[in-house]
Amino acid sequence: MVLSRASFAECREYVEKHCARYCYVNPGFRLFDKCMIGVPPIAIGVDGDVVVFPYTKPCYGTFLLRIEDAAEAARLEPRLSNR
Amino acid sequence: MSTDSREALLLLGCPEVPVQQALALYLLGRLRADGFEVACAGNPAVLQLLRVSDPGRHYVGKAVEIERCIGELAEGERSAELLIAFAHSDAGLTFAATARHLLPEARLVLLAFGREAEALAGQTTFPCEKIVEMAVHNPTKLKRQLDEVFAWHA
Repeated sequence: MVLSRASFAECREYVEKHCARYCYVNPGFRLFDKCMIGVPPIAIGVDGDVVVFPYTKPCYGTFLLRIEDAAEAARLEPRLSNR
Repeated sequence: MSTDSREALLLLGCPEVPVQQALALYLLGRLRADGFEVACAGNPAVLQLLRVSDPGRHYVGKAVEIERCIGELAEGERSAELLIAFAHSDAGLTFAATARHLLPEARLVLLAFGREAEALAGQTTFPCEKIVEMAVHNPTKLKRQLDEVFAWHA
């Protein structure tokens, strides 16, 4: 976990400032077989095979998570821009 | 999904602020009386609070876990012409923004409440009708605003 109980804006800012490459997606985009929840544009970061993305729970706010998954990182590859 | 009834969806936040529960039941009653088929989306705790509060099932109809609801909206398996989103935290705004994006044609009414109501309402970046009140325990002022927005009279 990168950030805990953060705001959605804080998570987006973290991805933009700290991830080597990132992309923006809209709510409903499927990542790890789940529909993304968020204020568009949703920033997703990729560092090597690690995907960094926000995950919102009603009672706990937004968490910024890191998951190493080469297949999912590769799927995001065409969308990515360098920081 | 019925094709001859009007669909409404209540997006409920964390149940830690008491006014939400009262207003959700109020909206369920009022909207059903207006001919809406109303579904509620929330986490398991908030849905159980509603079910336990309505043992005769006079108000609470369809209830769905909120992440599943968002998935169904994204896949086109669920729709609504009226969205009412409860927000007393950044997470509530996040779910409202998500629903706004997935149902751009729907009427979206945002209830910003709790101690941070005004700050939350100021952070809204998506089109919606806003009802803003720093209510935590007493739902009366929010109810009055709802009555005005929906032209309900006592």
